[in-house]
Amino acid sequence: MSRPMIEISHLRKSFGQIEVLKDISLKVDRGGVLALIGPSGSGKSTLLRCMNLLVVPDAGSITVGNRNFDFGNSGQKPQTRELAQFRSRTGMVFQNFNLFPHMSVLQNVIEAPIHVKRMSRKAATELAMMQLEKVGLADRAHQSPQTLSGGQKQRVAIARALAMEPEVMLFDEATSALDPELVGEVLQTIQQLAAEGMTMVLVTHEIAFARDVADRVIFMRDGYVVEEGEARLVIEAPAVEATRTFLSHFHKGTAAR
Amino acid sequence: MYQWDFSILWEYRWLLLQGLGVTVSFTVAIILGGLFVGLVEAICLLSRFTVLRGISLALIELFRCTPILVQLIWCYYALPIVAGIEMTPVTASLLALSGYGGAFYAEIIRGGIVSIDTGQSEAAAALGMTPSLAMRRIILPQALRRMVPALMNQSILQFKNTSLVSVLAVPDLVYQGQMAAHDSFRPLETYTAVAVAYFAILFPLTIFVRQRERKLGEFA
Repeated sequence: MSRPMIEISHLRKSFGQIEVLKDISLKVDRGGVLALIGPSGSGKSTLLRCMNLLVVPDAGSITVGNRNFDFGNSGQKPQTRELAQFRSRTGMVFQNFNLFPHMSVLQNVIEAPIHVKRMSRKAATELAMMQLEKVGLADRAHQSPQTLSGGQKQRVAIARALAMEPEVMLFDEATSALDPELVGEVLQTIQQLAAEGMTMVLVTHEIAFARDVADRVIFMRDGYVVEEGEARLVIEAPAVEATRTFLSHFHKGTAAR
Repeated sequence: MYQWDFSILWEYRWLLLQGLGVTVSFTVAIILGGLFVGLVEAICLLSRFTVLRGISLALIELFRCTPILVQLIWCYYALPIVAGIEMTPVTASLLALSGYGGAFYAEIIRGGIVSIDTGQSEAAAALGMTPSLAMRRIILPQALRRMVPALMNQSILQFKNTSLVSVLAVPDLVYQGQMAAHDSFRPLETYTAVAVAYFAILFPLTIFVRQRERKLGEFA
């Protein structure tokens, strides 16, 4: 079997007195899709942000592709350039889209390829149009992001991340800020990426989606991995009581909405 | 009753216009200089290095908490002795007024930068941008747009502050006005004309800034 795309071992992170991640280890295979679920405050977003070092862990190690970082006593604090280099190979999609409002849709997508990868404007534009085509928004290329719906904004954000041709895509509650009727189009885009073999990690509250798209699910609580396993198994027949409780609350929650 | 006679000013028209020219070019220079100083100070204020933050804060407070008139005189008379550098009145004035304006610009620029949502710098970082590239391409362009009214207000003050350079015999509008007043024995007419000249330039500008502020308020 080939080496995993993402490998995390013994990761720890504290914010002040509060330990948010307590000895987390996990692997994601090449082309695998991992969903992180759990109550808020469980550390799943922090864990995701550690994967592209937006949050720098206190201890442990992270390997993505062929780049490895050790933290704590054994490792050094990564330099600004190394961090930037590392992040340029992972794409991240945020809950609040975080599109650049002073740029058009197209400029949003070509910005990093031109200024980080030093691609020519022409090549970057071609690539960007291809990615926009893929998320179904090529016709909006010259509009301002403010004129788009939430779902469209999030699809632009996905195209922007894809334009860096990342090895891994990270989704931080990508549909949580969307109106219910707009969630579908974004999930469909993510599903399409999964089908193309993109390695992905999703922090999500869309339990049914996690079941259908992810191949593995990790349930986290209080900074620990409580349960890990095949997606359908964890969600439909959780082995641990805490997972069962969380999922039952969750189903109630969706029904009420 | 005083007999107003503005016709005597006609004789001094070139002198006064020259003064106005010096005032305007001085303003442009100290706005640019001040913005540069302010930008550097603001970025230092936001730096993670304590030393840079300290130096920047000290400079800002030094310029904010002493009168500009004292700074001008000090820069011209005291600084050459302390630092051992010869300075023309123009250099000393440019230095003091840029430093003074910079201290106020710095606070405006710092405020503008921190007002930008952290999601923007996170998104930039996630795309592989270094903090300096993100500042240049993502944060500053948005922040500057937001700062425009406040920066323009401060620049209007800079325009008026140039009148103080006359104490160092820099031939600005006020200085030339003084010359004309002494020469013609008509201080009332001359200083009135000088005041009108300042007003005629600044009043349209303040209206423009107020409109910009109102527009910005609508989007907020």
